[in-house]
Amino acid sequence: MSLSLPEVKRVAWLARIEITDAEAAVAQGQLNDIFKLIEQMQSVDTEGVVPMAHGQDVVQRLREDRVTETDQHALYQSIAPQVENGLYLVPKVIE
Amino acid sequence: MLNATLKQLSCLLARKKLSSVELTQFHLDRVARLNPGLNAFLSVDPDRSLAQARAADARIAAGEAQPLTGIPLAHKDIFCAEGWRTTCGSKMLANFVSPYDAHVVEQLNAAGAVILGKTNMDEFAMGSSSETGFWGAVKNPWDRARVAGGSSGGSAAAVAARMAPAATGTDTGGSIRQPAALTGICGLKPTYGVVSRYGMIAFASSLDQGGPIAKSAEDLALMLNVMAGFDARDSTSLERPAEDYARALHAAPTGDCAKPLAGLRIGVPKEYFGDGLGSDVAAAVEAALAQFEKLGATRVAISLPNSGLSVPAYYVIAPAEASSNLSRFDGVRYGYRAPAYGDLADMYRKTRAQGFGAEVKRRILIGTYVLSHGYYDAYYLKAQKIRRLIARDFTEAYRQCDLIMGPTSPSVAFGLDSMLSDPVQMYLLDIYTTAANLAGLPAMSIPCGFGAGGLPVGLQLIGDYFAEARMLQAAHQYQLATDWHLRQPAGTE
Repeated sequence: MSLSLPEVKRVAWLARIEITDAEAAVAQGQLNDIFKLIEQMQSVDTEGVVPMAHGQDVVQRLREDRVTETDQHALYQSIAPQVENGLYLVPKVIE
Repeated sequence: MLNATLKQLSCLLARKKLSSVELTQFHLDRVARLNPGLNAFLSVDPDRSLAQARAADARIAAGEAQPLTGIPLAHKDIFCAEGWRTTCGSKMLANFVSPYDAHVVEQLNAAGAVILGKTNMDEFAMGSSSETGFWGAVKNPWDRARVAGGSSGGSAAAVAARMAPAATGTDTGGSIRQPAALTGICGLKPTYGVVSRYGMIAFASSLDQGGPIAKSAEDLALMLNVMAGFDARDSTSLERPAEDYARALHAAPTGDCAKPLAGLRIGVPKEYFGDGLGSDVAAAVEAALAQFEKLGATRVAISLPNSGLSVPAYYVIAPAEASSNLSRFDGVRYGYRAPAYGDLADMYRKTRAQGFGAEVKRRILIGTYVLSHGYYDAYYLKAQKIRRLIARDFTEAYRQCDLIMGPTSPSVAFGLDSMLSDPVQMYLLDIYTTAANLAGLPAMSIPCGFGAGGLPVGLQLIGDYFAEARMLQAAHQYQLATDWHLRQPAGTE
């Protein structure tokens, strides 16, 4: 398997990272080297093996449905790039 | 004082031979003198540290001290600490002052420990050399032309150069153990779920685990006693009764005092001694195994047949989870935002292009690709299945042995800039460390000698689930019989 230049650019678009043509060309070579390493996985038969996400196969804990957080929006918004009237400001999305 | 154990420092504090203010100032002075050449610390705040030290002194005077009260500790800059700049080694968080404490920081603060500063690291913990961070490379105290390992290289260098008595780190694929090995100190990655990930900036959530970095196994045990524990704010935190990880350190030897480790079966995996292992590292590890045998342990040849697949599986799982975790850095709620942009999507793209460094972008791209439509089964699911095979290898091995030992890293510390242009070569350095993360097992590294260029070599111990106390006991007995852990780099006196 190897990634083409348009594929690298598409992945960068999906990841929301701006990439120049020169950067994409460098990334293409490096990603293809890395995928050569990753492809070693295909050498082993994993038919019937249950995927593992956690060492103890622990399931997600549930908690009672009640409010546990206090309102700290002023504190948290004090470190935001741009806020107004308690709202995070971003470029206009809907006309 | 430089080689004092945490217990000794605690005794000096309790007997009022030393105050926490003096101890903290002593280490702040060392940071001021040694850090410019090592770049191990990113933030120090003497006023804040000394205020904590004064509070600790008051607590000691009131007779309310705990084992770590008054001890200054360095925190990896991945741990949020209220009021401290917390950058995770990234331009993305260059001005992020955390509004809250990580669970680990909260626990250590509650125990009365003093925050000495925040330590340098690979950006978002992605790296094995502590060179990828926005703030420049950490230098190895043993040879400043070489790397300190990564990603917890700043914490490791801080302890190795005796700028901090102990430190915190995180380990996703070896990031505590490998820098500990390369700088001649000790580091422990607990069983996944033992230390809360709350407030520890996420890299790969199913692998990330915080742990202590210190000069000795005994110190690691004292640190872990405070760092471990259930925390409801981490959905994978394990609900287990509290454990005293130091309980077995001095366990009465069964019978022969000269053989305190009688009965311990050490599994030595043949796959960890194959091609690619430096002969200098192999020799030091062999000598350490012989020392363990002298102490009464027996050696069992074992096999971990799927260990060669751990690096490929790791470099699917870790980037996949990272690509998801790092999507939060979008320039909206905190952190960096590009100065000029068009629409919202453009703001995201420019913010992330400018805020992330090359290695982080590379891993986000890998992760985005393996999770994208049509590739999930071939990569992420396949890697999760291999993860199960790797974990099964360990289950099989622990039928024949109690602990597994081998090298932590295939070579001693390498030259600065020598690997940065070849990501695959750098990734392959994680060959012996990633398996423990994939399986969720506890593992540690302790110094066991010196290799080429007089640089430290680390011995890795991998335990079965929750075998931390057993590992620490074995390491402590080894350290009672040897003095590798007391060696200090020249020029750090």
